[in-house]
Amino acid sequence: MRFVRTKTLATAGVVALSMALAACGGDESGGDGAEVEVEEGDFPEGSQMAEFQEAGEITIGVKFDQPGIGFQQPGEDTPTGFDIEIGEYVAGKLGIEPENIGWRETVSDNREPFLENGTVDLVIASYTINEERRAIVGQAGPYYTTGQQILVREEDAETIDGPDKLSEVSVCSVTGSTSLENVVRDYGAEPAPFDTYSACVRQLQNETVDAVTTDGAILLGYAAQDPDNLEVVGEEFSEEPYGIGYYPNDDTEMCEFLNETIQQSIDDGYWAEGFEATLGQSGIETPDPPEQDPCP
Amino acid sequence: MSTLAEMWPFLRAGFTNTLVLLALSLVLSTILGTVLASMRVSPVLPLRAFGTSYVNIFRNTPLVVMFILIVEGFPPVDIRPNIEAIGLNTFETLAVFALTIYTAAFVCEALRSGVNTVDPGQAEAARAVGMTFTQTLSVIVLPQAFRAVIPPLASVYIALTKNTSVAAAFGVVEATAQLSRMNEQTVAGTGVLFFGIAAGYVVIVWVISGIAAFLERQVATAR
Repeated sequence: MRFVRTKTLATAGVVALSMALAACGGDESGGDGAEVEVEEGDFPEGSQMAEFQEAGEITIGVKFDQPGIGFQQPGEDTPTGFDIEIGEYVAGKLGIEPENIGWRETVSDNREPFLENGTVDLVIASYTINEERRAIVGQAGPYYTTGQQILVREEDAETIDGPDKLSEVSVCSVTGSTSLENVVRDYGAEPAPFDTYSACVRQLQNETVDAVTTDGAILLGYAAQDPDNLEVVGEEFSEEPYGIGYYPNDDTEMCEFLNETIQQSIDDGYWAEGFEATLGQSGIETPDPPEQDPCP
Repeated sequence: MSTLAEMWPFLRAGFTNTLVLLALSLVLSTILGTVLASMRVSPVLPLRAFGTSYVNIFRNTPLVVMFILIVEGFPPVDIRPNIEAIGLNTFETLAVFALTIYTAAFVCEALRSGVNTVDPGQAEAARAVGMTFTQTLSVIVLPQAFRAVIPPLASVYIALTKNTSVAAAFGVVEATAQLSRMNEQTVAGTGVLFFGIAAGYVVIVWVISGIAAFLERQVATAR
């Protein structure tokens, strides 16, 4: 009897504490992102969407190290960025409150395995749509289209103003990434591979490399963190459409739901608002939203 | 065999870099390691203390941490060396530096273990006939110690060979970085690529083991 009472008290304490914490978190996230409307949807019996709505929670895989896209600030309990804004909107359409979303860090190599083995339910992690990936997992969208660009130090912005100026320039990107291969093969850049983009940006600030290259959206986020010293230069020289990963890839209902949700977010102005609150902080204009690919 | 033809330029460029890293850090860490081992067995207390601290600090620090400290910590304080004469850029030079100070601690301990195998009577006899510490060490103790250190030293160098791959994540395009590049752009299966890279490392290690075995036979005594 005594034991039960202690336990109840402890539980009450934990609940109170977590409510207090949730309240704190709520205040912060409400301030810097777009406001999400949570509403129950009407989904066919047995569909994945119905299951998520029933459970009232969802796990979404996002990047934790890409400012503006998916970034976990040290000391904060939830990540921020455009991918997170999209994730909250999708969850809202499933009747799931933002605080019931489990954000899970995914890196480029483990996105497919995490979807396949159910570690995450969706992946919204600067996930470029391509045929090889679509053979393994589903990718709805795109919800955003970016392209490869170059990040340089402010003082070099005049001399290195596009990919054709990269010949024999030491360029940093992630070991083995397509972006690095592109500039080495097509523009004769000298490769400096590191394991993360943030390490590359530190090398750029250290002046041990002269440029960092990857998707423009990712670079814009870093430029926004240090706008006095870093600048994104040149036109985009590839096309990278970001999609929402789901599993299995033959779940057409899921794909259609995600595409409709993306379209709704564009139509009701949430998309633009979310963009301005995140990637837009680097000073770029809000682009035209992309057209979604038809579902398989 | 188009796969091998496709892989060859990557393998050649990658292993050239790996071998340069290996050769330079092997030579430099052996020199530094010998100096440290001499300190650790010397009769001078401050030298012994320095040698012991060096080994305790650098042998107990993970190599990746060493790389982060050196590659990210040196350039901001304007230490950005490069050895242009042999075509080493800043990242390659810093990688050699990191590998050298890490491996020297292990070389030192391998050598010290060898010195400890020499009967103290040998050194006492040398001192008794009037030899200085340097003479005792270089003429009497080290030649005998050499015999005992070949196997552990070979292990240290083999570990060093594989440790050069850490540089792949610190701006150096060596064999392991080439593996990621090939993985990204060729059509060959990952298994084939791994095999190609692994085979390269096996060849290097095999050469080191071969030299060690040869030297062991050369200095073997009939006991």
